[in-house]
Amino acid sequence: MTDSLQRISAMLLRHYYLFRGSWTRIFDLMYWPVLQMVIWGFITVFLNQHSNWFAQAAGVLIGAVLLWDVLVRAQFGFTLSLLEEMWSRNLANLFVAPLRPYEFGLSLMAMGIIRSAIGVVPAALLAIPLFHYSIFEMGLPLIAFWSMLIMLGWSIGLGIAALLFRFGLAAESYAWASIFLIQPVSGVWYPVEVLPGWLQPVAWALPTTHVFEGMRAVLINGTFRWDLFASAFALNILYLALGFGAFLFAFARARQRGQLLQSSE
Amino acid sequence: MPSLAINVESLTKIFVAGAAPAVDGIAFAVPPGRICGLLGGNGAGKTTTISMLLGILVPTSGRIELLGHDMRRHRFRALPQINFSSPYVDLPGRLTVRENLTVFGRLYGVRDLASRIAELARELELGPLLDRKTGSLSSGQKTRAALAKALVNRPALLLLDEPTASLDPDTADQVRGLLENYARREGAAILLASHNMGEVERLCAEVLMMKTGRIVDRGTPAELIARYGRDDMEQVFLDIARREEA
Repeated sequence: MTDSLQRISAMLLRHYYLFRGSWTRIFDLMYWPVLQMVIWGFITVFLNQHSNWFAQAAGVLIGAVLLWDVLVRAQFGFTLSLLEEMWSRNLANLFVAPLRPYEFGLSLMAMGIIRSAIGVVPAALLAIPLFHYSIFEMGLPLIAFWSMLIMLGWSIGLGIAALLFRFGLAAESYAWASIFLIQPVSGVWYPVEVLPGWLQPVAWALPTTHVFEGMRAVLINGTFRWDLFASAFALNILYLALGFGAFLFAFARARQRGQLLQSSE
Repeated sequence: MPSLAINVESLTKIFVAGAAPAVDGIAFAVPPGRICGLLGGNGAGKTTTISMLLGILVPTSGRIELLGHDMRRHRFRALPQINFSSPYVDLPGRLTVRENLTVFGRLYGVRDLASRIAELARELELGPLLDRKTGSLSSGQKTRAALAKALVNRPALLLLDEPTASLDPDTADQVRGLLENYARREGAAILLASHNMGEVERLCAEVLMMKTGRIVDRGTPAELIARYGRDDMEQVFLDIARREEA
């Protein structure tokens, strides 16, 4: 256990060194969440002036954009940390060391949290003076939503890692694009009832839908929906199990095909 | 210490069903303290063999035992005592040499890591390079940094693919001396894939000649040179490489 933690901390140290030596990387992490927050903040100001509904549901859009970015940055953070190893042709060095695949996976998960925090926290703090909106006022429900989105970010990251092990850097574009496939059916900006009937079951199969419906319940009605939290959690457990299964299966296949030594295109 | 650092039996790798094996039923053993050369032309199966020994490639069949551990079942017991270096693999370029050695030292659970890094810096003349980004080094300097990473855990078994590639003759000579001393001092076994026949003659107590996935000949460099009636290993290598094509 101690040895395992030391190896995971060694992987985190590797990424700390990377950030320490490259401030542009940190700026890059913050750039998009801040930009998105500012755009949706101004849209909120405009809508507040022209819609009673939005005036009563202050912060729904800014809250949504910040929480959505928690998910996006968690998945990017996971995947990018793997891509860094592939770009630098370092995977074989890592896997001939006593680093277990699950330890590597756990280090990527930790990096998902860290990169997500570096990206989203500054945007959330900036929303306070700019738009008089503090997502932190949500209190404990925020922690529930945050953890559910981080878990889904890990699951998607694990699935993309499986693709990267299988197809190498040829699958890199999926690392950036996959997450946005679920955005239209996640109820981020609008309630799930807006979707056509046949699409709603798809939406409810995603933890994100439960999180964003739950967020609206907190912000509009002032109630925390335990039922939504429970279903998001159950779905996340399922997807994490599937993601880890795909990750370990793809890793085992990569060892059979010899792709760990040559993990480029 | 186990009596054999490497013990390979009937090792085979077939990447595509029906195609010729990349490695075809090879067997060899290397005792501790010995440097063994793995020679062969491109596509002979050297890198595939080393990858299987390291556990990053699963054999189709056969048995690998490293430092007394069966690599199929107990790979993670052996890996802390093994290391490798290959031109197909790089250290992260945006980290300094010291940072890279720190990360890998921690991955291998090296005690008193700062002293070990200082020791390696002295032996491989890396002192002035320790705080430079690895990606900014010349290819020869990168090779030395990769060797430092390969030695950071004082491995009992070292697998090296072209360890002196892109080094100038003076530095290459120093590195060969370092490897000789390391094997002698630590009782470590080294499996060395190289195209530099002078290097093989100097370092290797035994040479395995590979061709189309098989070990087609083996012996000490002197034995092979005598067997083929040649003056040096370069001529032996050419004889073997061209033998069946003639």
